[in-house]
Amino acid sequence: MPESGPRRVRVVIAKPGLDGHDRGAKVVARALRDAGMEVIYTGLRQSPEQIVAAAAQEDADVIGLSILSGAHLPICRRVLELLREREMESVRVFVGGIIPSQDIPVLRNLGVAHVFLPGASTRDVIQAIEGAAAGSA
Amino acid sequence: MKKVLEEKESVSRAHEGDARFTTISGRPIAPFYRPQDLAGADYGRDLGDPGVYPYTRGIHETMYRGKVWTMRQFAGYGTAEKTNARFKYLLAHGGDGLSVAFDLPTLMGRDPDHPLSLGEVGKCGVAVSSLQDMETLFEGIPLDRVTTSMTINSPAAILLAFYVLVGERQGVEPEKLRGTVQADILKEFIAQKEYIYPPRPSMRIVVDMIRFCTERMPRWNTISISGYHIREAGATAAQELAFTLRDGIEYVQWCVDAGMDVDSFAPRLSFFFNSHSDFFEEIAKFRAARRIWARTMRERFGARNPRSWMLRFHTQTAGVSLTAQQPYNNVVRTALQALAGVLGGTQSLHTNSLDEALALPTEEAVTIALRTQQIIAHESGVANAADPLGGSWLVEKLTNEIEAEALAYFRRIDAMGGMVAAVERGFPQREVQESAFRFQQAVERKEKTIVGVNEYVMEEEPHPILYIDGKAAEEQVGRVRALRAARDPVRLARALEELKSAARGPENLMPPIIEASRACATIGEMCDALREVFGEYEEQPAF
Repeated sequence: MPESGPRRVRVVIAKPGLDGHDRGAKVVARALRDAGMEVIYTGLRQSPEQIVAAAAQEDADVIGLSILSGAHLPICRRVLELLREREMESVRVFVGGIIPSQDIPVLRNLGVAHVFLPGASTRDVIQAIEGAAAGSA
Repeated sequence: MKKVLEEKESVSRAHEGDARFTTISGRPIAPFYRPQDLAGADYGRDLGDPGVYPYTRGIHETMYRGKVWTMRQFAGYGTAEKTNARFKYLLAHGGDGLSVAFDLPTLMGRDPDHPLSLGEVGKCGVAVSSLQDMETLFEGIPLDRVTTSMTINSPAAILLAFYVLVGERQGVEPEKLRGTVQADILKEFIAQKEYIYPPRPSMRIVVDMIRFCTERMPRWNTISISGYHIREAGATAAQELAFTLRDGIEYVQWCVDAGMDVDSFAPRLSFFFNSHSDFFEEIAKFRAARRIWARTMRERFGARNPRSWMLRFHTQTAGVSLTAQQPYNNVVRTALQALAGVLGGTQSLHTNSLDEALALPTEEAVTIALRTQQIIAHESGVANAADPLGGSWLVEKLTNEIEAEALAYFRRIDAMGGMVAAVERGFPQREVQESAFRFQQAVERKEKTIVGVNEYVMEEEPHPILYIDGKAAEEQVGRVRALRAARDPVRLARALEELKSAARGPENLMPPIIEASRACATIGEMCDALREVFGEYEEQPAF
């Protein structure tokens, strides 16, 4: 399909569940915007349903979930389920936060594209998202 | 002599503006300090002896010779039984006081079967949904013999009610209970974002708690006005200091405006600071905090009781500075940060565990954290004299600098109409976010080094952690459902109506909350009743 110009990568950054610690989510959101992406930040206390609805509404390429509370397995399972139900499987899901190493392969098997742990740089995140977007163009 | 001084000055100027020689907050540090840096200083006016106004050097004459700081380790996970066991472990191994970590559903006033509680129950603290859970939490722990700090904010009044009722069941009157509820809702809007209701109704709840405790619980610290979370969210040391103390001023003003005499409640206000990585900046910050608060209470509020002038604080070492990479390095970071807290004169201290960036602490990790405090207290000698760094030209200069920066923020926030007004327009939130972003950029440019993360990186094996699964959630949901089935629905319904009615009017909310707790209302039900009256708050999602 011919492109009329480079389409900016569209990313929804979301805080699912009850946790309000948003330092990382906001730093990443701003870095992605500075790197030329279109970023929508959902704000706090989002359900998986709200996040997927936002991604649909915003025609997002990527959903970035920030999860520090330990709730990552049920939340990611639900988000990926909803993406399948709504035939939005081309939307890549990235997760950043506090994730036990034993849960990383579980998340990958659920369909999570990439897991970022403490110490990851915004450069890492930008490169991974650009890579994923290029892969599906 | 003149030539020597000139040479020293040119050395100073050569190092100005060099980012390598700034604190973690970005404060430039000179190559050395000397008496001229304190020109105009007056010992009696600016420092005073320890235990003497303005308390820069400490609030007690004897400081740790009289009583070592309280070793109060934050703890909580899973169900009330598990946390009860961890409390007993800490008390048996030299911990002096309890500090309760609650899970997110409890913190956010939700029952464990609420849709947003999915995956959250028991994960970052203990699940407490009802008075019954609170009884289990303190089973075998005599409330007249321990002090308990509860890290709870939006539902603080409810947890306080639960604690009073557990005491009652043990035969301990409210007058005898000793401890703290964090209850500092302003810092939630600024940093931690665990708010439920909008700012003004939230402040009303805090004033109600302070008034109730002033009348019924004279040994209870009514609030823990916190900078820890503001710092963790990205603030600089000066911002942490400024916003914390300005929050304190706001609480005092609201209580005074509600008709309370300042000396009746000010002695029971307490504070909670971060102890971060830059050693001397932190010590200066703690000293400046005491001086600013003493002067503010005396001059701005006209407090006459010396206990109203004394800033008492708990310290926690900086969680955000600890790394997932090479976790044993965190033992060193925590030791240095704990030492800064002690040299800064803290009344109470929590040391983080080495696995802080990975999970809740294992028993082994939390034991090392506790031993860190014990080694400082009993082996290092630093506790033998109060304010041992007093008189250091560097420390006194930094104390003066950070005080001036905090006072400048006070003027800006006063001009906005106070802290509630500043929060409503997003001012402190933006300051914190901006500092967070700048720090991340500095780290990625290697202007700031984090050992093991952007320097000295190594291949590593995963570190064993405390893994919390979904079983606590299943148990907790079962428990709450059984409670709902077994209680008297008429008494409950009436209690919740009384609570709503009190919320709509000027009555103190503590008595109706206590009655609803006796009627086996859950935290979710009581918070929902208040949600109906006060509404819910969410910040504008800006970044």
